[in-house]
Amino acid sequence: MGAVSLKNIVKRFGVFTAVEKTSLSIAEGSFTTLLGPSGCGKTTTLRMIAGLLDPTEGEIIIGGKRVNDVPIYKRNLGLVFQNYALFPHKTVSENVAFGLRYRNVTKPEIARRVQEALELVQLPQVAARYPRALSGGQQQRIALARAIVIEPDVLLLDEPLSALDANLREDMRVELKRIQERIGVTTVFVTHDQSEALAMSDQIVVMSDGRVEQVGAPEEVYNTPASEFVAKFLGASNILDGRCLSRGPEGAVLEVPVFGKVIVPSAKAPHLVGEGAAKLVIRAEKLLLRRSPPESGAFSAPAEVETVDYQGQSVRYFVRAGNVQLQAINMIDERPFPAGAQVHMTLRPQDCAALPG
Amino acid sequence: MGWSVIRAYTILVYLFMFLPVAVVVLLSFNQNQFGSFPMTGFSLRWFEALWNNDAVMRAFRTSLVLGLLTALISTTLGVLASLALVRYAVPGKNLITTILIAPILVPEVVLAVALLLFLNWLGIGKSFALLLAGHVIFTLPFVILVVQARLVSIRRDVEEAALSLGASPVQTFFSVTLPLLMPAVAAGALFAFTISFDDITGTLFWKPGGVETVPTQIFSMLRNSISPEINALGTVMIIITVGLPLLGAAIARKISIKRGM
Repeated sequence: MGAVSLKNIVKRFGVFTAVEKTSLSIAEGSFTTLLGPSGCGKTTTLRMIAGLLDPTEGEIIIGGKRVNDVPIYKRNLGLVFQNYALFPHKTVSENVAFGLRYRNVTKPEIARRVQEALELVQLPQVAARYPRALSGGQQQRIALARAIVIEPDVLLLDEPLSALDANLREDMRVELKRIQERIGVTTVFVTHDQSEALAMSDQIVVMSDGRVEQVGAPEEVYNTPASEFVAKFLGASNILDGRCLSRGPEGAVLEVPVFGKVIVPSAKAPHLVGEGAAKLVIRAEKLLLRRSPPESGAFSAPAEVETVDYQGQSVRYFVRAGNVQLQAINMIDERPFPAGAQVHMTLRPQDCAALPG
Repeated sequence: MGWSVIRAYTILVYLFMFLPVAVVVLLSFNQNQFGSFPMTGFSLRWFEALWNNDAVMRAFRTSLVLGLLTALISTTLGVLASLALVRYAVPGKNLITTILIAPILVPEVVLAVALLLFLNWLGIGKSFALLLAGHVIFTLPFVILVVQARLVSIRRDVEEAALSLGASPVQTFFSVTLPLLMPAVAAGALFAFTISFDDITGTLFWKPGGVETVPTQIFSMLRNSISPEINALGTVMIIITVGLPLLGAAIARKISIKRGM
């Protein structure tokens, strides 16, 4: 029983189904991310938790109580938007104090808590300014302060970092996580950015086409994708169609193009039940290119480098083995392999994952 | 060559439009009974005569009350209608908008006669309330056009933020939506007031016997004689109908500078 749970939630807009029968449990104090491409239903889900949309079917439970019929202004939630949504006609401190005015808080208490919230987001000096006079990053900090000053039961963040430029976004990511850990509020974060999701979350919910594809810790979702969609959406992956020959305690034996027989440890093939069509997922950064064949304990296959995309500390190669093109992202010390170089691709068994085909 | 012709032409057009107005204003300060140039001296006697003219002062009060009530009712209705049309999924939205905007597309005489016939048909006679209703119908489109345009630019998520912070929909309207809408509300109210204040066509049809507004008073005074008092009254009208919007714009600018917008 989590702080927030969704039970068989469905949301339809006319004939279009935005969210299909979704159940989800979010633990008290956790940082949960709804991750997916645009149109996957993540924002719709967040807006249903917030009370800005009514689910067509199903129940929303917050803090053990069914809140389907509780309007947003009685749910005690903190909401942070992509475009900050600060009140332009109010000063920063009036913005932050807004929620407290509706909560029977005395004037001195309001002043104290506003000051505290502004210090938490490290902007106590801008209290008297109007939002227009602040930068995007500052505005988003104020929006966060305004949402947390009311001590919400759940903090809902709708792509809060998307409107910021790249450098600032990474700073804010760290900052946001720090604040969340400090106050320990249950947080639901919506993003389409996988690196944000991986860096910040305790739990990631990968969504696609209104359905939940996988729920798990970041490393779980990243290393053991439950579907081809998840494998492709998170990071760069190579997916080889093949067959599962057998499934035993030592692992699943797959027959795939290029590498031939590959044994995937059981832990990396949780969804594979037995023989039949199967897919082998190889993360681009786990596919190492070497000049010479590897020592034993790794699978290997010869290939030719087709394209070299040099990025400083790493290189992204596109290599060809027979009629299959694969992607490899390798860290390098010196010069990258040139295009046309003959190389050996190597792969450790624990770095593969298998999916039913 | 081309540009200087256009410039001269433009100046002539403006002269043609505003010279008569300037003459009226100028002659209102003329000492002489008969308007002729050169003026014989500067005097405020016609303004004084105006102040002591009971009929004019009565008309002035009527216009003021009528204008203020029109502005109040029109703005309230206009804001409510705009909210409904912009923020909610109202069935027949386009039709309703067209009907609300129609009064500025229909010639005023047609509108005036239509309303009069309609109320006659209902057996309702002319009254101040009818006059007021007519002015409201006639000014409502201006308010709706101005307020709707502003409302579209107010982001929905600002209101959603207020709701999430615990403000009820009504509290959200008064603490967030209305303050952000205020420039449009003020502009709409000013429009409504000034349009009502110098409307004559509709007023002539709708006003009950014995009631005069400033424009109809001027009109009836003109039938008897061309008194310099009319020049003075015209000047007062110009000051009000031009001065009020300018004052409003100045205040709006001052507020927005303070907020750094």
